[in-house]
Amino acid sequence: MKVTFPHMGNLYICVKGMLEFLDIEVILPPASSKRTLTLGAKYSPEFACMPLKLNLGNLIEASELGADTIMMAGGCGPCRFGYYAQIEHSILQDLGYKYNLVVLEPPEKHITELTSRVRQITGKKSWWKVIQAIKYGYLKSRAVDEVELMSFKIRPRELVTGETDRALAEALKEIDRAGNMQELKLAEVRGKEIMNDVAVDSRRPVIKVALTGEIFTLLEPFANLNIERHLGRLAVEVDRSIYLSEWINDHLFMGLLKGIRSTKEYCRSAAPYLNHFVGGHGLETVGSIPVYARQGYAGVIQVFPFTCMPEIVAESILPKVSAANDIPVMTLIMDEHTGEAGMVTRLEAFVDLLERRQNRGYTMKNAK
Amino acid sequence: MTGYLGIDVGSVSTNIVFMNEDNHVLESIYLRTQGQPVKTLQLGLKKLAESLPASTVIKGVGTTGSARHLSAVMVGADVVKNEITAHAVAALQQVPGVQTVLEIGGQDSKIIILRKGVVADFAMNTVCAAGTGSFLDQQAGRLNIPIEEFGALALKARTPVRIAGRCAVFAESDMIHKQQMGFELPDILAGLCEALVRNYLNNVGKGKEILEPVVFQGGVAANIGMRKAFEKELGLKINIPRYYNVMGALGAALLAKEAAAKGNATRFKGFRVADMNFSTGSFECSGCPNMCEVIEISEEGTVIARWGDRCGRWSNALAREQVQIS
Repeated sequence: MKVTFPHMGNLYICVKGMLEFLDIEVILPPASSKRTLTLGAKYSPEFACMPLKLNLGNLIEASELGADTIMMAGGCGPCRFGYYAQIEHSILQDLGYKYNLVVLEPPEKHITELTSRVRQITGKKSWWKVIQAIKYGYLKSRAVDEVELMSFKIRPRELVTGETDRALAEALKEIDRAGNMQELKLAEVRGKEIMNDVAVDSRRPVIKVALTGEIFTLLEPFANLNIERHLGRLAVEVDRSIYLSEWINDHLFMGLLKGIRSTKEYCRSAAPYLNHFVGGHGLETVGSIPVYARQGYAGVIQVFPFTCMPEIVAESILPKVSAANDIPVMTLIMDEHTGEAGMVTRLEAFVDLLERRQNRGYTMKNAK
Repeated sequence: MTGYLGIDVGSVSTNIVFMNEDNHVLESIYLRTQGQPVKTLQLGLKKLAESLPASTVIKGVGTTGSARHLSAVMVGADVVKNEITAHAVAALQQVPGVQTVLEIGGQDSKIIILRKGVVADFAMNTVCAAGTGSFLDQQAGRLNIPIEEFGALALKARTPVRIAGRCAVFAESDMIHKQQMGFELPDILAGLCEALVRNYLNNVGKGKEILEPVVFQGGVAANIGMRKAFEKELGLKINIPRYYNVMGALGAALLAKEAAAKGNATRFKGFRVADMNFSTGSFECSGCPNMCEVIEISEEGTVIARWGDRCGRWSNALAREQVQIS
C-alpha cells in the first residue's frame, strides 16, 4: 500500500509524519504547480472551485509516482468539499487511474469514528500506536505552525529580502525530517533557531493585517499566490484566522485539547451579524472581523476561491461588520489565474489605505 | 523651470504628465501602449523632452500603472505607486472634497471611496473585464462607428434598449439580437451604456456608499453616453476632471512631489532614457514544475531588473547583488 493525499500548504508534514510513524509508505505528490493546476482543470467540472482542481492534479501526479491509496479528509458541512473525495475518486476511475479511497471525516459524535477510519489504513497496528501516531502528527503540525507564526513577524522586518522565506523552508525541512518524538522536539528548537537567525530591523514600522476566509486558499500558498509573502514584503505583519493545528484540534479532536486558540471565539463574535452555520468557514469569517478589530489589527483581507458559496454569504455581510467594527476589509477571489501583478496592486492599495488612515488618526466613525 | 514627471503605463494607454511646482499640468501625453511598454514610454519621453524648454529641471518622478515597476527601473523613479492610490491622489487635487471616484480604464475598472480626504474603501474588478474600455472599443468597431462618436450618438437615443450587461459575450449577442429586430443604433448604444453602468455598479460598486462629489475618470469618461448613464442611474451629478484620461500619471507626479519634499534628490536618469538601449527578454526557469516565465530588462546590455519568478530565485539574486554593491 502506497498512500497519498492532496496538498494543502504544509499539511503534508503532519500527515506524512503520522503515517510514517506507523511504517506506512507515503508517496507525496510534487508541490502544487502550474502543471498540477493544468492537469486538474483539464479533468474537473468547469464550475468546481480551484481546490478540487488542485486536489485532482495532485492525485494524478502522485499516481504517476506510484501511489495506490488516497487518504483524504471529508466533511459533513454544506461546503462542497465534503464530497470532493468521492468526486475526485470517481473522476480518477474514469480516467483509468487505479486508486483505493479512504475518507477521514470529522467525527459526528465521538472521536472513535475517526480512529476507525484510520484503521482502514493502519491495519493491525495497536490502538496505542495509532493514538501515538495521531499525537505525533498533531505535534508536527504544532511545530510547523510555530515557525510559520515566527515568519509572519520576521518577514516584514527582514534586512535582506527573501531571507525569511529561505529560513522558513529550512526550518520546515528540519521538522519534516524528524523521525520520532525526540527528534521532533530537537527539530522544533532548531527550526526556531534558524528563524531567529534571520537579521531583522526590529524598529521598522509595520502594519498588522489579518487574513481570513476559506481554509484551503488560506493555507495553500500556490492557491493564494503567496499572499503572505507579498504582504510581508510590503512591511505587513500578518495573522491567519486558521492554523492547521487549531483546525485539527477543533474539528478532529473536537476541542479535546484545552488552552489552544479556537475558532469558537469567532462563532461567538459573529452573533450580531450572523447566527447560523452557513457552510465551510463562512460563520468564522464573519466573526473573525470583530475579533481582529479588538486585537488592534489595521485591516482584514478575506480570501476564497471563485464560486465558494459559504464565503460569498460571508462577503455579503462583511460591509456591515467592517463599518460596525471600524476596520477596513478587502476581499480577494482566487481562481485559475496565476499572474500575481493584479493581486499585488490590490494589496499595495489596501496597505496604502491602512497607512494613511493610521497616520491621520482616521476612523470610519469620525468621517461621518 | 522645475517640475515633476508622472508616468502611467497601463495595458491600453501610456500617459506622461509634466507638472510644475504649483501642481499645474503643463504637458500631458497620451499614447496607446499597443503591447510595447518600453518603446511607447521612450517615445513619450522623447515627445515630452521636445516640448519642454531645455532648461527644465525634473525634481522627481513617479510611476504607476500595471507596468509601474518596469517603467520605474527604466527611468529611475523616486516613487512607484499602485493605480488606486495614484488615482485617488489626483482626484483629490482636481476636485477637493471628492467622496467617490468612478474609474473605468481599458482593462480594469475601480471604485474608490474617500472620506475626509483619505481613501476609506476601494474595489477593483476581479475575474471579469466586462464593461471596460476595451469592450466599448470593440463594439464601436463592430458597429463601424469611431469610438469618439459613440457617446454623442448614444445621447440621441429616445428609448434606450435594455441589454443584458452581466457578461460582455452575452451583451454582444443581446445587442446583435436587438439590432436584427430593427432597433435604432442610438437606442442600442444608449442601452449598452446603461447596461455597462449597471454591471459596474453591481460588480465593482456593490455595497459601497456612493456620495457626492462624484468624479468619473479614466479613458471611458470621454464617452458622454457613459456619463449620462451614470447620472441617470445614480441620480447624482458626475464631475469629469479636465485631465480625466491622465489622472494616474497626475497622481504619480503629485506623489513624486510629496517624496521630493522630504529632501531626497531624484533618481531620474534624465531624458536620455529615451535614446538608451533597453531590451527585455524572458526565459523559462526549470527549477521546479511551476516553470515560471522570468522576465529581465537590460539597459545597455546589463541586467537591471528581473521579475516573474514565484519563489524569488531570480529576482532575489539580483536584489542581493545590489545590496552587496551598495
